[in-house]
Amino acid sequence: MRPQGSRELLLQGNEAVVEGALAVGCTFYAGYPITPSTEIAEGLAARLPAVGGTFLQMEDEIGSLAACLGASLAGAKAMTATSGPGFSLMQELIGYGCVAEIPAVIVNVMRGGPSTGLPTSPSQGDVMQTRWGTHGDHPIIVLTASSVREAFDMTVRAFNLSEKYRNPVILLLDEVVGHMREKVRLPARGAVGRVDRIRPSMPPEWYAPYEETNTGVPPMAAFGDGYRYHVTGLVHDRMGFPTQQKTEIVQGVNRLFRKIERGFREICLTEEASTDDAEAVVVAYGSVARSAREAVEELRVQGRRAGLLRLQTLWPFPRAAFERILGRGTVRSFLVCEMNRGQVYREVLRVVRGRSEVHKLTRNDGELITPAEIAKALREWL
Amino acid sequence: MRIEVRLAGSGGQGLITAGIILAEAAGLHEGKNVVQTQSYGPEARGGASKAEVVISDGPIHYPKAQRLDVLLAMTQEACDRYFHDLKHEGALIVDADLVPTPPSSSALSVPIVRKVREDLGRELFANIAALGVLAGATGVVGLPALEAAVLARVPAGTEEPNRKALELGLTLGRDAVENPRESEPYEADE
Repeated sequence: MRPQGSRELLLQGNEAVVEGALAVGCTFYAGYPITPSTEIAEGLAARLPAVGGTFLQMEDEIGSLAACLGASLAGAKAMTATSGPGFSLMQELIGYGCVAEIPAVIVNVMRGGPSTGLPTSPSQGDVMQTRWGTHGDHPIIVLTASSVREAFDMTVRAFNLSEKYRNPVILLLDEVVGHMREKVRLPARGAVGRVDRIRPSMPPEWYAPYEETNTGVPPMAAFGDGYRYHVTGLVHDRMGFPTQQKTEIVQGVNRLFRKIERGFREICLTEEASTDDAEAVVVAYGSVARSAREAVEELRVQGRRAGLLRLQTLWPFPRAAFERILGRGTVRSFLVCEMNRGQVYREVLRVVRGRSEVHKLTRNDGELITPAEIAKALREWL
Repeated sequence: MRIEVRLAGSGGQGLITAGIILAEAAGLHEGKNVVQTQSYGPEARGGASKAEVVISDGPIHYPKAQRLDVLLAMTQEACDRYFHDLKHEGALIVDADLVPTPPSSSALSVPIVRKVREDLGRELFANIAALGVLAGATGVVGLPALEAAVLARVPAGTEEPNRKALELGLTLGRDAVENPRESEPYEADE
């Protein structure tokens, strides 16, 4: 079904990712199909040729991300989609994308793990892998979504942040959001804000592909534009050639972090509900945030001071939201709800630093946490 | 008001497609809020499969069904497994041949697959007929919306048999409600 204008549609989360990618100007997809992300590949295979784009089914997920990085270096907005087993294979290339500063969007629709795990069941077990799956110190941006419409919006945002900061961006969905269908009204064509990478304006002979800039993000030439430069996974100097000079190493690697840190305010997104006077705040993301929302509303009806902090960005971890809530002085406990054994829970412990209690409610049996479970746990801390 | 429907059976029976059509009927054609979810095993065919549709006038946060208003069971296993999720006043619809021993005497037992095979020559349209039964027996969705959703979703060239399957199901569903005894599995016409 083709969306036209702002007509209402019944769309799957994965289908909304396809629509978001096309709306923001994605012209290249390379991937290897895997449940529960396959509908993204199916959709783009059907739709990309019509907009002059390219769809490649690769031999595996290593090749998939390699092809995306190559396409991006040639100027395309590129994307791949996978799930846990394929995401594990992509780790090497994620680090390459970070150090060589190549925009790309990687969608991981999480299923139960480890290994091939539970192919058709939801999970949120890849949160830490998105942060530290590839080796070495590196910055990363990881977004998530709780609804079909948000899957569209976050896909657009993932491309835009990727282009702006010249860094791979991971969109981390779970099976429930990927496969769930909801009624949505998508923005009309052309109404979606597009960010394009900054291209060099100097003559080719003056171009330094990894130079310091005010934003920390150097202009990016496309292969074929006449700007010849060297791309490597080795730590490199401002011209892109390998270096062992201590000052160049520190300057280059620190710039990778600085460019992202400058953007924390626009990158780190959260949504709060009923947190103003909340004594217990649920922390949730993805599909679990929907259960949490229902539990919090139920407790509010009963006059209990419950609130919800929904994380839309997972990495960089949205610490400012916790500081804001703690600063109000009403919260006594956070309850982290997630479909793993407590990955974001540890992060909340880290940022709260003993200023309130932190509890967790987790499930890793392939089922979505229910509102009743969250309400029951909340009552214990209110 | 929140209405929860579960269509349960085995992979390949077309129940997820039926769930999508039901959601489109209630959501796009009747203007309600809907969320459709599914769960299935790793197998391409066979294995337990279910589709759920939550219909509401208000926002739908938790997307899954918990306390069912309607359970359509197309295998004995699905019926036994999910019967306890049905509300006391909820409607249980089962295929008379595929669910030989419904767990409740109030079950609407309808020979959906058999009738489709007899009338249309192929079992292929049983999922659409099942939607007709659901509409005829429960009224969770209106016939005009359902018919529009079916015709918008099925492959071109199959509109006519699908429309017939829907009408057949609707008649079977209405009959089952009006004459519950006649639709008992062992009294079904041979």
